[in-house]
Parts: sequence; structure tokens; C-alpha cells
Amino acid sequence: MTLSTTTAALTDEGRRALISTMVLIRTYEEAIRATYYADKKPAFDIGAGLVPGEMHLSAGQEPVAAGICAHLTSEDAITATHRPHHLAIAHGVALRPMTAEIFGRETGLGHGRGGHMHLFDPSTHFSCSGIIAEGLPPALGQAFAFQRRGSDRVAVAVTGEGAANQGAFHESLNLAALWNLPVVFVVEDNDWGISVPRAHSTSVASNADRAAAYGIPGVRVEDNSVEAVHAAAGEAIARARTGGGPTLIEVHTLRLWGHFEGDAEGYRPELATVAEHDPIPIYRDRLLETGVLDDAQYRAMQASAVEQVEDAIAFAKSSPAPDPLGHLSYVFAEGVSS
Amino acid sequence: MTTTLPSKDQSLALATEPDAGTRKLSTAKAMQEAISQRMARDESVFLMGEDVGPYGGIFSSTTGLIDRFGPERVLDTPISETAFIGLGIGAAVEGMRPIVELMFADFFGVCMDQIYNHMAKIRYESGGNVRVPMVLMMAAGGGYSDGAQHSQCLWGTFAHLPGMKVVVPSNPYDAKGLMTAAIDSDDPVVFVFHKGVMGLGWMAKNDRSIGAVPEEEYLVPIGKARVAREGSDVTIVTISLSVHHSLDVAERLASEGISVEVIDLRSLVPLDREAIVRSVSKTGRLIVVDEDYQSFGLSGEVIAVVAEHDPSLLKRVSRVCVPDVPIPYARELEYAVLPTPARIEAAVRAAVAT
Repeated sequence: MTLSTTTAALTDEGRRALISTMVLIRTYEEAIRATYYADKKPAFDIGAGLVPGEMHLSAGQEPVAAGICAHLTSEDAITATHRPHHLAIAHGVALRPMTAEIFGRETGLGHGRGGHMHLFDPSTHFSCSGIIAEGLPPALGQAFAFQRRGSDRVAVAVTGEGAANQGAFHESLNLAALWNLPVVFVVEDNDWGISVPRAHSTSVASNADRAAAYGIPGVRVEDNSVEAVHAAAGEAIARARTGGGPTLIEVHTLRLWGHFEGDAEGYRPELATVAEHDPIPIYRDRLLETGVLDDAQYRAMQASAVEQVEDAIAFAKSSPAPDPLGHLSYVFAEGVSS
Repeated sequence: MTTTLPSKDQSLALATEPDAGTRKLSTAKAMQEAISQRMARDESVFLMGEDVGPYGGIFSSTTGLIDRFGPERVLDTPISETAFIGLGIGAAVEGMRPIVELMFADFFGVCMDQIYNHMAKIRYESGGNVRVPMVLMMAAGGGYSDGAQHSQCLWGTFAHLPGMKVVVPSNPYDAKGLMTAAIDSDDPVVFVFHKGVMGLGWMAKNDRSIGAVPEEEYLVPIGKARVAREGSDVTIVTISLSVHHSLDVAERLASEGISVEVIDLRSLVPLDREAIVRSVSKTGRLIVVDEDYQSFGLSGEVIAVVAEHDPSLLKRVSRVCVPDVPIPYARELEYAVLPTPARIEAAVRAAVAT
């Protein structure tokens, strides 16, 4: 489809905001990664350390989060995946409680009950699910509630490309189209479903083509360009806000690191050259070359990111662990003895 | 949350288990009335599912509601249970109060992830910051040769998984009060209605599927069992259609001097453990009657409640359940696996003989 000019053109200030968001995300993920491995030496034990459990980091996928969330407010909803940090950060989830949740602390978003795949922030209508494609149906319900209340709020449902082969994906697209819900579906195509390349899992070259099956617009952004994501998302979100119904956007993005930390990626033939496609230096250099950004501005962005991330990690580290006696709390809103 | 939920004062103002009065309704009509009265009072309540609109629900749970509230609030859905149950969850998270019908309990296989990994877990995972005030209602049960995929009860499966209340009414009065309580609940409630208690004109039904129901709104608290019949020789703990079979047996055996107490649990989650222990403390003999599968379910749980409390209470214990086979089609075979009055009677006679 052709992109229209219904959304405001990206300004230089907007471009700097995009790179700034991307830098914050990367700084965060690098810090989590360092913390994750720091106390898992010499032998890697997935359940040990300050940050235990599976850890799916989003390095390389920052353009998706930055490009989409630039069009959202905290009144709009996002449902993210098992790899949720970039979207949470770009959507404005507070870093302190988010980080505390990842550390399993009482001060976390879910008081340590959720963990990194189960982040819920009602104040920004952010949530995520560890089950592939199953975050889409609840996004429909959020969009339904927004629509019924006559607001122009939207819900963005994010999945990976592997999710496009799940029934929940197709049920959700059909129902959203049928009821003209203000929802935008975003597929992050990072080429890999854990170790299986998309060519071995997916019958079509572009999941955006699947939009045609449901009579809604479908757009594929090919080159992990934050500005192209920004443009596609801007049009789709504007359409959803004005009663035009859902859109499906697929972004060909990049999983810079493993599926989860500890993944040696032996299945990945292009491993040695992955870093060459890192979207952050590519976009930074373009902005520097075109004079949109200067070195001092970029260093200030990095410094601000480091400060925010260090603050969040220090908060998490200094927060108390949940009281083990509280393990039964929060199952029900109303008292239920068990 | 930036959204607000209806004040709990609304339900606090309602009577709890008032006198039944004299007006008679079927269980189906009692459910419809509860939903209708709640929808009239609260704009955030809406209803959706397969054939809940003009058809009125395959088992008449929603008859007439679309005429009163229109297609904006009574929505026929595509046959996409994952999508529309998930939609209910998202709407509930944003402060609406959806009532979602899964046509048959047997169909949970196509949508269980939304039910047990999302609807039931979001509150816990969010540390209590997100509520999912949603009713998921579904038909259950056999006895009419619908075969292995349309005759199951399965309430024990939902009850096994933490985070959802599981309500199973046996009669019109309870169905209305429990449905009102379910809609008002800030927690997800699985509301299972046995087809055999609905009072449908096209299916064999027990006389008690039509009964006295107050016109006004009222609550039957979720988690409180009912002593359906007092007795002193043996306790039957049961639920749903099996309550009526048990009462029929109890009435017959009374003339022989056998005194049977029948406990209608009314919900699996929360389970009224005190009511179970109280009755068995009196009778010393326990029979659990359950139309769900026997192993790893409600019947074992009820017995465990007593055993953990005080095993010396149990002079005799047995269960009358569906044995661990798929529900057969042929009537002769199906009635061999169902907890029929004949099987219940045999269990009572065996219990009081020792």
C-alpha cells in the first residue's frame, strides 16, 4: 500500500527523540545482560544470581519500539511478547519498578510475582505475555473498551514472526477487522523462531500479505529503519484513532543477540556479521552525517541513559525480596481461603 | 488503573439469599434475569459468545437479552474462542465486566491458554495491580447421547488451575444469585451450568430445574455450600445435576429409615471445606457424587479435605463418579458411566450397611 501524508512529517527533534529512545533501550539491555551473567560464573546456572530465569533481550529491535511508541500516549495500550523490554521502555513504563520486577523484588511491578515475561503496568496500559501470539486477543479487548467509551485511544498488539503461524493470530485479525477495532498489529520479524529460520516456518515471504485475508491494510517495513517504522506506525495508529480499524505492520528487524541469554546460536550461519546490521550505529551515523545530531548531543543521550539505567538497577538491588509468607497473596481480589 | 470499576456498594445493597417467594422460573430464565438486571444497572456489563444473540444461547442462557440491550451489548462472535475470550480479558482489564459464553465446557481445548494462562494469572502476575472481573459461562454435562466431545463436566479441570473461581449451580434460585455474584466479582468466575438443570423443553429434566426465584436482584455468596437436605446416617457431597439425583435417592430411602444428608457445594473454588467437615462429623459416612471424571478431581479433593482434617471421622467413604473413560454415545453405555440415581442408591445402601 502507499503511505499517505496523514501523519505529521518527522522533524529533526523527532529524529533525535527516536535515537535517544533506542540508546536508552540498548543501554538498559546491556546492563541487564551484564548483571545477568555477572553472578552466573564460572558455571552458567539459569536459576542463579540476581536476575534468574530465562532472559530474552531485545537488542537490535529498538527501531520497532521507538518508531511505534512515538505515536502513543500512556492512555494507549500495548501488549508485548516474551521479549518485552524495548516496548516497555519506549512506552514509558517506569524503569525502577520494571527493573525491580525483573530482579524479582517486592518493589517490582508485580511484587515479584511476574518476572521479565510478565510485566503489567496499568498506569501505561502495558502488558506482555510469554505465550506466542496469545497477547493479541487481550489487546482486542482493550481496543473494544476504548471504542465503547467513545475515546480515540488505541491498542497495539506486538508479536514475533513465528506468532503469525498461530491460530490466535488469525482469530484476532479476523475479529478485529470484523468489529473495526482500534488496534494495530505489529509483527517483529527477526528472522528466527528460537533456532528455526522463518523460511522453514512460514509459507509467505511477507506476513503483511496476510492482512489481505482479513480485508485490512498490511505494510512490511524491510530494513529495520526506525523512520520507516515511524511512518508506517503513524499512519496505522492515526487510522485506528479515527475509526478506520486495524492495520497489520511487519517490520523486518534484527535479533542482535540470542533467543535467550545463554543461547550459543550455533544454528545461525550469519553470526559473525550480525553486528554490522546493528541499527543504532547505522542510524546514529546517518543523523551525524546529515547534521541532525552532533557528538555532544549523542554523548548526552548516552550519559542520560546510563544514569537512568544505573538508578533503576541500584533501586532493584537495594529493594527487598518478597516475603516468602506472601506467596499466596494476589491470587484473588476477594478473600478466598485455600 | 485509570479506569474505575463500579462501586462494590451496589452489591452490598443487595439481599443475600432472601426468601424464595412463590414465583417459579427455570434455571435458564433465572440466569437470563440475573444477567438482564445487571446489564440494566451497569453499562460496563456486556455479553458475547457464539449464538448468544437472536438464538438466545444454545442452552437458553441468553434468551431475549439482545432484544432488550441490542447488538452493541449482546454480541454474537465468530467461532474464535481464543479471540473472543481474550477480548473479554482485555475489556475486563480496562474496567468493563464482560460475560463470555463458551458454548460447551468441552470446547476449552481450543482456547485454554487465554483461560488459564491469562484470565486466571494476570491478577497474580501483576501483584494485584490488574483485575479481571469477567464471567466465563459454559454448558456442561451429558445424559442425552451427545458423545464424548459434548457431554463432559470438566469443572474439576478449571478448579485445579489457580486463579479462577468455579461456580456450578444446581437450581434456579442459586443460578440467579450466583450469577449476580459472579458478575459483581472482581475476580474471573467460571460459571458452569449443567444442561440437565436448565429446564429446557427439549431435554429430560428434573422437577427441580423449575423453582421459586425472587424477582429482585440478590446474591448467593460464592464459596458457601448449601445443606440441600439434612440427615444423620450418611453424607452425600455433590454438585449440579447430581444434587437432584441425590435428593431423589434420599427421599426414597427415607421411607426405609435411612437418613441421608445432601450437601450442594455450589462452587468448587472456593470450596466450602467447613460444610463438608461439619456434615461428615455428624454422619461419619461420606459419599461424593460427581459427574466429572473420577480420578484427580473433585471427589478425591473432598475426601482429602476430611482426611486431612481428621481421618478418624471417616467410618466409610466412597465415590460415584464418571469412571475414567470418554463419555460413550449409546444410551445404554452412557448411563452405565453417569452417576445415576441407581448407582447413588447402591452406594448409600453399601455405606449404611457397615
